[in-house]
Formats: sequence, structure tokens, C-alpha cells
Amino acid sequence: MSGLVIDDVSMTFELPNGGKVEALKNINLNIKEGELMSVLGPSGCGKSTLLNILAGFLAPTGGKMSLSGEAITSPSPKRGMVFQHGALFEWMNVSKNIGFGPKMKGTPQAEIDNKVAELLEIVGLQDFGEKMIYEMSGGMQQRVALARCLANEPDVILMDEPLGALDALTREKMQSLVLDIWKKTGKTIILITHSVEEALLLGERLLVMAPRPGRIHKEYNLPFAELGVGQDLREVKRHPEFGTRRDEILSMIWDMEEEIMGRTENA
Amino acid sequence: MFEEILSLLSTTFWMILGIAVIAAVYLGISALCSFVNNVITRNRAASKGFGSLKTVTFGDESSVVANRVASVLAVVAIFFLWGVFTGSKLLGPLAFLPGPFVGESSFEYTATNAAGESDTATVYVTVTSFKDKATKKKAIEDGGDGFAKHDSVAIAERRSGILRVQNNDDGGKEEGYGVTAINGQAIARNQIVPFGDGEILMTSKGSLSIRPATGATMEALYLPPPEKVWNTFWQLNRDGYQGVGLWENVFWSLARVVIGFGLGCLFGIPLGFAMGLNNWMRGWFDPIVEFMRPVPPLALIPLIIIWFGIGEQGKISLLFLASLWIMTIAARAGVSGVNISKVHAAYSLGATKRQLLSKVILPNSLPEIFTGARVAMGVCWGTVVAAELVAAEKGVGKMIIAASKFQLTDIVIVGIVIIGVIGFAIEVAMRKAENKLIPWKGRG
Ligand SMILES: Nc1ncnc2c1ncn2[C@@H]1O[C@H](COP(=O)(O)OP(=O)(O)OP(=O)(O)O)[C@@H](O)[C@H]1O
Ligand SMILES: [Mg+2]
Repeated sequence: MSGLVIDDVSMTFELPNGGKVEALKNINLNIKEGELMSVLGPSGCGKSTLLNILAGFLAPTGGKMSLSGEAITSPSPKRGMVFQHGALFEWMNVSKNIGFGPKMKGTPQAEIDNKVAELLEIVGLQDFGEKMIYEMSGGMQQRVALARCLANEPDVILMDEPLGALDALTREKMQSLVLDIWKKTGKTIILITHSVEEALLLGERLLVMAPRPGRIHKEYNLPFAELGVGQDLREVKRHPEFGTRRDEILSMIWDMEEEIMGRTENA
Repeated sequence: MFEEILSLLSTTFWMILGIAVIAAVYLGISALCSFVNNVITRNRAASKGFGSLKTVTFGDESSVVANRVASVLAVVAIFFLWGVFTGSKLLGPLAFLPGPFVGESSFEYTATNAAGESDTATVYVTVTSFKDKATKKKAIEDGGDGFAKHDSVAIAERRSGILRVQNNDDGGKEEGYGVTAINGQAIARNQIVPFGDGEILMTSKGSLSIRPATGATMEALYLPPPEKVWNTFWQLNRDGYQGVGLWENVFWSLARVVIGFGLGCLFGIPLGFAMGLNNWMRGWFDPIVEFMRPVPPLALIPLIIIWFGIGEQGKISLLFLASLWIMTIAARAGVSGVNISKVHAAYSLGATKRQLLSKVILPNSLPEIFTGARVAMGVCWGTVVAAELVAAEKGVGKMIIAASKFQLTDIVIVGIVIIGVIGFAIEVAMRKAENKLIPWKGRG
């Protein structure tokens, strides 16, 4: 079976005080190769936990996952990750950061240089290869993180709120960049976000999760990602269906948040 | 016990008073300089730059910049005070405190003999400076008229001399003979009477204790004037002390620090990494590190001397122990300071454990290690001097302690200044290296 298969995955955290948190309960998902999936949900519904399990940083307490038939048990360069705050290596310049993965594999330096140059172009940082990380703005750092992940040619790219810390304008540019990269490389991308608009724009498939226990609440198949490739994203947002979908999902999440608040108030 | 505590309290009280007085004098000078500086610079344009546009400066720490004029004046003020209190020649007329009396003086004494008659005679006092090796009193050719005869005495600067003036007088040894006045002022036993250049105390046995004025400056034994220290420095630079060159002493102290600190890094950093990466190692070394950390290295000196004697091995072991725990803890803190997403990122990019260690954990903990190294170097430098004070054949500390035994205060001060300057130079060098090697520090 090709693609990413999540089979009945559960994750229960044991708290030091003896309590338990069901961060994920019986998650079942099949993600096809080349699919662009966004994940939405109120805070604490287990989105990051799911991503960390897929990346191989955490072992689930139940169920199993596989990528192209291969079981997921530990981190692998086949599953790249982009973090909210870059997690870049400050002691290396931009080029060295991007070339980190190939270098670890022992790729010849000339080949790495070519690849880095190509990726710098893709993410629009041609002239910044020699800069140090601390000389770059937040948006530029996220581009570097994206390029570093791509340099390793992973089958799946996992993104945990990669654009969450950016200003609105930079964020919009980065959204276009993600769409471009998805189209150009045909990679499977799973992207977690807190923004409903971003989830609609960057998800062929959109997953809404619900908390306590963390589970899949609803799934959508959406046309906007395909429409948005190479387009002005503001144009896509004017699509009549975009507005209705946005309102529908927003009120769904509001209801969940209210339920959570009510529960904590009663407790 | 109770009395001892009482005396401790009274010492504390006097210390507070003394410190307050010194602080008041020094701050007074500071205020004066500040005032003069403000008057001089008032008409100049205000400083440019972003800071000058801030309206809120009091309470904004970032807008406080050290006033370099103040720094320079502070150092000048210290040297000025030093010069004033030691009567430095460099200050010329500015050294306003009177020095000790040196030179020729005399006074007249009146004696009454057993028969009740009075007569006067002169005492010639020669006060010689420490620089003149021979203290030569004035020769008296003619004792003068009457039964009281002239006397002469030679006294060293700041010292006093006892003279029994009646010894050479006619009938001076008879019962009832005694001195009754100095320069016409009556004097009795255990009384003090001033004369032109000092004072005179009549002892309980009737002799005169002549005390030429000591002045208000400090004796070179306690604090030599700056020029003397400067000259001593050049002399040490040329001839060394007790057969060991000045820079030879400095070299030995520094060599011990570098070797001890180097060994501390060599073993401490890997140990810290092991403790930061492995449960068993963390558990195994935790008690030792936590126990040894609060033990000041100086407390180990006696044990080290018992074990290793006074050779190099002992001192290097001491410095090794002084830096080992600091470097271990720094490296451990460096590992625990690694952001977990960086570790995750490296593994997802295909790094092996070994690659993670050398490419991520090591560089990421460099800032912590450097901070530790700065502390360790400071501690080592202080420890080496202390160890040399106790036992060494060469080294700055050894030079100081040897000189102090002969009360050669100028050499002691040269040593202390050199220790301070080298300690400062080490700190500056470490900071420079830090900026060069880890430019990303604090900007991650
Ligand atoms: N290591 C852990 N130990 C205990 N509980 C944990 C741990 N990690 C996560 N949890 C709990 O699991 C639940 C899901 O956490 P998770 O971080 O996956 O949520 P999230 O959806 O990513 O939230 P956010 O949107 O705020 O990032 C939360 O209730 C959280 O408290
Ligand atoms: Mg999260």
C-alpha cells in the first residue's frame, strides 16, 4: 500500500499526578501520495501529537502507521518536518543549513552546492546563501527551514504551524510558496494551522479535529488549493464557496471551544 | 565567648563607620568632578544617536552608558589620593599633607639640681630620613656654662628617641636633680610638652622621649608612594626578585593556570556531555559533582599539599579540580539547553547520533561552555595565586608572600597590580574569543 496509512492510532499521556490525557483516540487515515492535507482544530486537540507520531518522535500507545508499506518507528529523512520556529542551526549559514541533510548522507560537496543553489532560487533567497541565520527575518527563516526540508527530498513534508509566527503579508507570500512547491515537487504535505483561511487555501483535503479525546471530527475535499496554484490567493478567497465553507468551519470550531470552556467552568 | 562576640560587634560598628567615611570622601570627589565636567561640557552639543532621542532614561537600563570621562577621572582620583596620602613627589605642591619632620632641630631644657638652683642647656636633635643609612648626631664640643650641659641625639624619621639629658650634667646623677621645663614650659613625669618640631614625653623615670612630628602621610612600610612602586616595577623587571625574573614568575603562574584549566576542559566537557546524554552517567556523577561544586578550591589546598607536596603536580591538580566541576556543569547545561526541535530536525534530516553530537549538540552548547570557561579561568587565576602564597618556588603569589616577609610593600603592590591586570586581560581575551567564535550567542 503506497502513501501514508494511519491505522487506529491512539495516544494516552500519563500525567505525573496519576491522571491521563487521551490526546488521540482511534485515528484512521489514508493519505495518498502527493496529497496536500491541512489539519484544523481547537488548541489541545492533539494535532501536534499526531504530527510528532508521524514524524517518528513519539511512539503511539495504540495502533500503527506506515509510509509506502514501511512501518514508522523512528525519525527518518523520508519524513521531513518544518517547525513553527524554524529550528534552524544558528551556527551555520543559510547554505550550510539547507545542505545539512545531504551532507549527513555523505553526498559530494559539488552536488550539495548545486542543490542548495537551486533551492535558494525556489524559495527566493538567491543572494542570502552566505548570511547567518540571526541576520534573517522570521519569514526568511521559514523559507530556509522549508528549503532545508526539501533538500533532503522527503516523501512527506510535515508542517506544524509553519506560518503561525509570521505577519499577514509575509504569511500570504509563504502560502503561495507552499502551493508552488507542492505543485512543482508533487510531495505529500500535511500542514497544521490555526487559521481557517489557511486551512482552506492549503488543503485539497481538510481535517477538522475535536478534543478530549482527540479525534477526527469532519473531513472536507476542497478545490481551492488546485485553484490557488500560480494565482493571486485573494482571488481564490472571493470564490463564493470559500466564504460559506469558512463560516461553516469557524462556527464548528467555535462550538467546540465553547464546549471546552463550559467543561472547564463546570469542573 | 560573650566578650568576643561583643568585640566582634564593635569591630563591625567601626568598620561601618570607616567605610562610610571613605565612601563619603570618594563620592565627594566624584561629585566635584561631575560638577566640573558638567560646567565644562554644558555648551557642547548633546550627544547624537538613538539614545539621545529617548525621553525616558531614568529606569531604562539600556540607555545607561558608562561615562568614560568619569572612568578616567575615577582612576586619576585613586592615584591622586594615593599620592596625597603618601606624600608623593609627583604631585609637587598638590601633596598638601605634611610629611614627617626630617632635619635639624633643637630645644632647651631647664634642670633643677639638688641645691634647688636652675640652669638651662640645649638638646640638638637630628632627624634622618630612611634613605640616609647612617644616623649621625651633632658633635658637641662645648657643654656650655652652668651645671646643665648641652646634649645631642639622632633619631630616624617617624621614630622616637629616649635621651637622659641629665647624664652629662654636673650633679645630674644626684638625688633631687631633675628636668623641670622644656622651652620654658613646665614638664613633669608622664607629661607631654610640644617643642617646635614634635613633642616630648617625660617618662616615669625622668628621661625624655623625643618624638619628632610624624606628619599626616603614610609610612612607606604601609603604603609606598606611586613613584616608588613604579621604580620597583622597573627594577623587578630588570633584576627580578630573589633570583627569579618578574616575567618568569608571571609565566609560571600563567602556565599552571593554562595547564590546569586545559585539563579541566579536557575532562570536564566530555563528562558534562555524558551527564547530559545518558541516564546512568547522570546518576553516577550527580552526587560527586553536586558535592564538589560548593567546595571552594582554596579549601582543598591543605589536602593537596599533604598529598602532592609543594611541587607542580599539586598546584596543577588543584587548578584541574577548580575548573573541572565548572566545565562539567557548563557542558551539562549546554546539552540541556538544546532546543528539542533542533534535535528532532537533525534526526529528521537523517543525522546519526554521532553527527547529532558533533554537528548540533556541541555547537549549540558552545555559548554555555564559553561562559563556564570564563568563570573557570577567573577562579583558576585566583586559586593559583592563593596556592602560590602557601607553597611555591616561582610564581606571582610566591613573589608577593616572599616580599611581605621582609615588609617590602612596594613589591607586594607591584605583584597585586600585575595579578589584577592579568586577570582583567584574561577576561577581555575570553570575551573577544567568544564574540569571534560564537557570534550567534544571545541571538538565536
Ligand atoms: N508530553 C506530554 N505529556 C502530557 N500531556 C501531553 C504531552 N504532550 C501533549 N499533551 C497533551 O495532549 C493534548 C494534545 O496536545 P497537542 O500538543 O497535540 O495539541 P495541539 O492540538 O497541537 O494544540 P495546539 O494547537 O495548542 O498546538 C493536550 O491536552 C496536551 O496537554
Ligand atoms: Mg500544537
